[in-house]
Amino acid sequence: MLTFTIRRLLFAIPTLLFIALVIFLLLELAPGDPMANVPLTVPAEVKEQMRIALGLGEPMHIRFWKWIIQFFWIEPLNVFDALFGTSFAEGKLRIISWQNRAPVFIAIAERIPQTLWVVGTAYVVAILIAVPVGIYSAYKQYSVFDQAGTFVTMVGFSVPPFFSGVLVIIIFAVQLKWFPSIYDTTHVVNSWDAFLFQVRQMFLPVMVLALQITSQLSRFMRASMLDNLQQDYVRTARAKGLKERAVVLVHVLRNSMIPVVTVIALGVPSIFGGAIITEQVFKVNGIGQLLITAIQANDLPMVQTLTFIFAVLIVLFNLLADVLYGILDPRIRYD
Amino acid sequence: MRTRTALMCSVAGALLAQMAFADGHEGERGRDGEVSIIYWQAPSTLNPFLSGGTKDVESASLILEPLARFDETGTITPWLATEIPTVENGGVAEDLTQITWKLRNDIVWSDGTPFTSEDVKFTWEYCTHPEGGCAQITKFEGVESVETPDAHTVVVNFSAPKPYPYTAFTGGESPILQKAQFEQCVGAAASTCTEQNFGPIGTGPFVVTEFRTNDVISYAANENYREPGKPAFATVNFKGGGDADAAGRAVMQTGEFDYAWNLQLAPEVIAQMEEGGLGTPVVGFGPLVERIMLNNTNPDPALGPDERSVIRPHPFLSDPAVYNALSMAIDRPLLVEIGYGQAGRVTCNWVPAPEAFNSTSITCDTQDLDGAKAMLEEAGWVDSNGDGVREKDGVELRMLYQTSTNAVRQDFQALIKEWWEEIGFAVELRNVNASVFFGGDAGSPDTFQKFYADVEMYANTFNGTDPQAYLANGLCDKAPQPSSQWQGENISRFCMEEYDALWNELSQTAQFEERTRIAKELNDMIVQNGGMIPLVHRGRLSAHANSLGGIKLNVWDSELWNIADWYRIDGS
Amino acid sequence: MTDTPVPTNAGASPPSQAPRSQWWDVWDQFRSHKGAMVGAAFFLAIVALVVFGPLIWDVDPTKTNIRERNAPMSLSAPLGTDQLGRDIFARMIEGGRISLAVGLTAMGLSLLLGTLIGVLAGYFRRLDGVLMRLTDLFLALPLLPLLLVMVLLFREPLTAAFGIETGIFILIVSAIGVTSWMQTARIVRGDVLALKEREFVLAARATGTTPAKIITRHVLPNVMSPIMVSATLGIATAIITESALSFLGLGFPPDFPTWGRLLNDGVPYLQQYPGRAFWPGLAISLVVLSINYVGDGLRDALDPRIRGR
Repeated sequence: MLTFTIRRLLFAIPTLLFIALVIFLLLELAPGDPMANVPLTVPAEVKEQMRIALGLGEPMHIRFWKWIIQFFWIEPLNVFDALFGTSFAEGKLRIISWQNRAPVFIAIAERIPQTLWVVGTAYVVAILIAVPVGIYSAYKQYSVFDQAGTFVTMVGFSVPPFFSGVLVIIIFAVQLKWFPSIYDTTHVVNSWDAFLFQVRQMFLPVMVLALQITSQLSRFMRASMLDNLQQDYVRTARAKGLKERAVVLVHVLRNSMIPVVTVIALGVPSIFGGAIITEQVFKVNGIGQLLITAIQANDLPMVQTLTFIFAVLIVLFNLLADVLYGILDPRIRYD
Repeated sequence: MRTRTALMCSVAGALLAQMAFADGHEGERGRDGEVSIIYWQAPSTLNPFLSGGTKDVESASLILEPLARFDETGTITPWLATEIPTVENGGVAEDLTQITWKLRNDIVWSDGTPFTSEDVKFTWEYCTHPEGGCAQITKFEGVESVETPDAHTVVVNFSAPKPYPYTAFTGGESPILQKAQFEQCVGAAASTCTEQNFGPIGTGPFVVTEFRTNDVISYAANENYREPGKPAFATVNFKGGGDADAAGRAVMQTGEFDYAWNLQLAPEVIAQMEEGGLGTPVVGFGPLVERIMLNNTNPDPALGPDERSVIRPHPFLSDPAVYNALSMAIDRPLLVEIGYGQAGRVTCNWVPAPEAFNSTSITCDTQDLDGAKAMLEEAGWVDSNGDGVREKDGVELRMLYQTSTNAVRQDFQALIKEWWEEIGFAVELRNVNASVFFGGDAGSPDTFQKFYADVEMYANTFNGTDPQAYLANGLCDKAPQPSSQWQGENISRFCMEEYDALWNELSQTAQFEERTRIAKELNDMIVQNGGMIPLVHRGRLSAHANSLGGIKLNVWDSELWNIADWYRIDGS
Repeated sequence: MTDTPVPTNAGASPPSQAPRSQWWDVWDQFRSHKGAMVGAAFFLAIVALVVFGPLIWDVDPTKTNIRERNAPMSLSAPLGTDQLGRDIFARMIEGGRISLAVGLTAMGLSLLLGTLIGVLAGYFRRLDGVLMRLTDLFLALPLLPLLLVMVLLFREPLTAAFGIETGIFILIVSAIGVTSWMQTARIVRGDVLALKEREFVLAARATGTTPAKIITRHVLPNVMSPIMVSATLGIATAIITESALSFLGLGFPPDFPTWGRLLNDGVPYLQQYPGRAFWPGLAISLVVLSINYVGDGLRDALDPRIRGR
């Protein structure tokens, strides 16, 4: 397993470089212009000069090479400087966003807290709800609980957040005035009251997001449990006189986790990626909102950097999922 | 006993205070706590020279100020200058090549250092540096040099007579930067100055305390602001992002915010929000016009990429009967009612504001479907093969009608398509993602400049109150072409010798009445000769909380131009 | 151990009858699944409504009528009219045709791609590395620029070749299909990895069964349940993605109503005219729910261990 992990990690480097290149080419090919948001009152010649000031005049391969250098050398140097107070990166040009001509990592660092708070919490809440619900609905297939669960999760999944988000805002923020409709990113949790406020402002977005994730996860959990509950080893285990609890929660659960682990592992990078629509609806202004505004403004360095970080996380978590498969099912071998 | 006295005193005090502040809402600086503003487009920088976006210009206008501003009526008023220089008061040279600004001598930057003419000169140098990519460089067009005879005098020399000299250093787009702060940030170095761009030092009523790009800005009252007792608010919370819907709701229904910018929402939705009772919409009209541009060139896909939308004429849109019929078939009052409500007016003009420039010679406020049909009939456009589409000499009236993606525009498309089909056109609709449509990417076939369609709809406006540069958008040589990378502002590819000649006359005329006459004539010329079909004169609709006083919606300058005068209305 | 999953002569039918195909057994099992039958009936009813609806309700869904705008429910307009006076019922029918067609086809394409890649990667170790890195690549690509590029490259040729409606249909279906198969692929691969080491597959391999046969007869039937879940979730995703595409101006022309677009357009009016967002939302949910039950029944019916019990 260790050699497998090391081999995969080594193989990940060329993969990621290739992904970076594909993303770069894709963004280059996509129609769009960083000047699209500049008002029409600004004449074309001025826009052209602004483009050149952004470095757009240079050929494509040079810009890609510069980005690689900046991402893998200058930005880590900056992190090093910030940690140890050195000045290795001084005077070296960092990855600059086209929207504000400031280093992209400043914006990313500002966004991570709220994304982790909101999307991360929603994910944890969703897993905590979905796994037991999935297990129980499968165990009591076609019971009232299962039917109700199916109904709620299916409706939850088929109603998109641009609708459910606005709906909960209208009910809970406009009519009942229980929760704020706009997330305050500058809020600092330094007291019990501040914490309560934080919980209040997180409640609606977390609810909308968690519903979406729970729906999906509990479906896979249920289906997988159902598959395994019919297996012969379950009969054997019961015949051996094992307690029902142990049969379901140890034997069946462990074997049912493979598809669920995949779904969870695939989802973790998306925590970092944020939830574009939900963040937009509740003004959480996290990574998702950063990405979508960057895409709309054709801020290529920002989009490239964000999607690349996203790609790194995806590759890492898929590797993690593969390792987990091996642990969950010792029969799976990669060597 | 003692408590009672104390009580009486405090009551008397409150009464006194109320009496004193009843009219002027005066008092000490920062007395009203926090005001919160929401812009559904989030500011990305506080340096308006690097971005040019309205959101960035307006969020910076709390800090950075120009020498003169336009007030809510569009009148130019001195701001950091003592008076507006004119030919009459000697501030503008007789030959129109020089303007002299006298600066107020009581202004200090928020860091306490004095504001001088050197800062003004530096601003010009900063923006005109060839490697800086300054978004507001047109403000300095024709400026040959800036001189500083003394600390409070600025002399601007123009290379040619400038009939309208109030561009450089006036209005929210052209504020003054502090030389000491930005000295190291000129040209290519602009990108390395994140700290400066995110926290400029200004002379305005507020200073930045925290800037989070594309998210939120926190401001605090400027302790060195020139007027004592202003601003009334101690802090400003400026939130960005989301959509107009949520912004309007946060002000008018939940009361979480005090001011929401530019609510482009359906009139019914605004009315519904207003019922929330917490806020009020305010409307101001600048020169923004929603229009349909008529392609004067042939957009046939069969032509090659270098000929499509380049070769004249259009197969049928060059016929006056066709474009006049298209205009007559439109029910403009209905469009206003459905799409914009109180934030729209019927207009037949390209330049509907300022009032002095608004031509009255064209009328278009009644729909006339029968008249349109008769006009086409008369010109020989008849449906001879019975497919519901008129044709003449084998040319059928089939059009592609494109616009950017936007709920109101798609409603307009649906209505107008129906009217046009009724008078015998066949109309295909297309909507394009706004960031592609308005982007100048020469590689994309879907930009509004390329105009690979027969007609397209969007809105445009101009800054300030003088339309000369805007009217230049009708000149022949401004048509986008492959040779110019499809750049150019003459989107309809309108071309008329008389128009070019008359515009040249405008550029040499200084006398105001004469300028308005020529401008109106130019406006009529382009509208009547198939350049465009103006639809709606669009206003800016913003909303403020009922407890917020002092709002004067300004469409000629930054909307937040008078935030120093905003205050909290007592008792709410 | 009855691990040979598809016995051809075992099952519900009594041995006295003539041998019949396994699909009859599947059908028998499916028929006995109450939820599946109700789901199927519902789904067919919705399909019938959108396919034959225009014959009964022949109101033009794009015809505006300004005097009748924002009308409430009535006999002349069963679901009321929208802000331009267009009949919402007619728009729902018209929208359903497009949404269902897009949803089903895109879901089918994405399942096909996902299952194919997942099975190949899980079964053949040589392909695993390459295919899974391809999956990583697709997962990492930013969706919006990818769609913009696809539209830029293929819209003109496709509309020229197939006409505007079919051309854009093909474009949207492939755009959604190509960008949504990755999760299915990863899940299927995970399951196949585990299945491949199970005794019945090993036994099949030992008896010299060809890989193609092993996959179709032994592996595929056992990965049905995650595929079915992906299918149900996939159709909802496809319908919603289509609406996002139209919203961004990348989808159908603006005068084509689709459920996703109707829902999207209805959201700003949620407070005054809740029905405008409610009906399309309900329609999408009903389709997803009914397909979910059909999927449940199908999964049970295809599982030889359950069948016949």
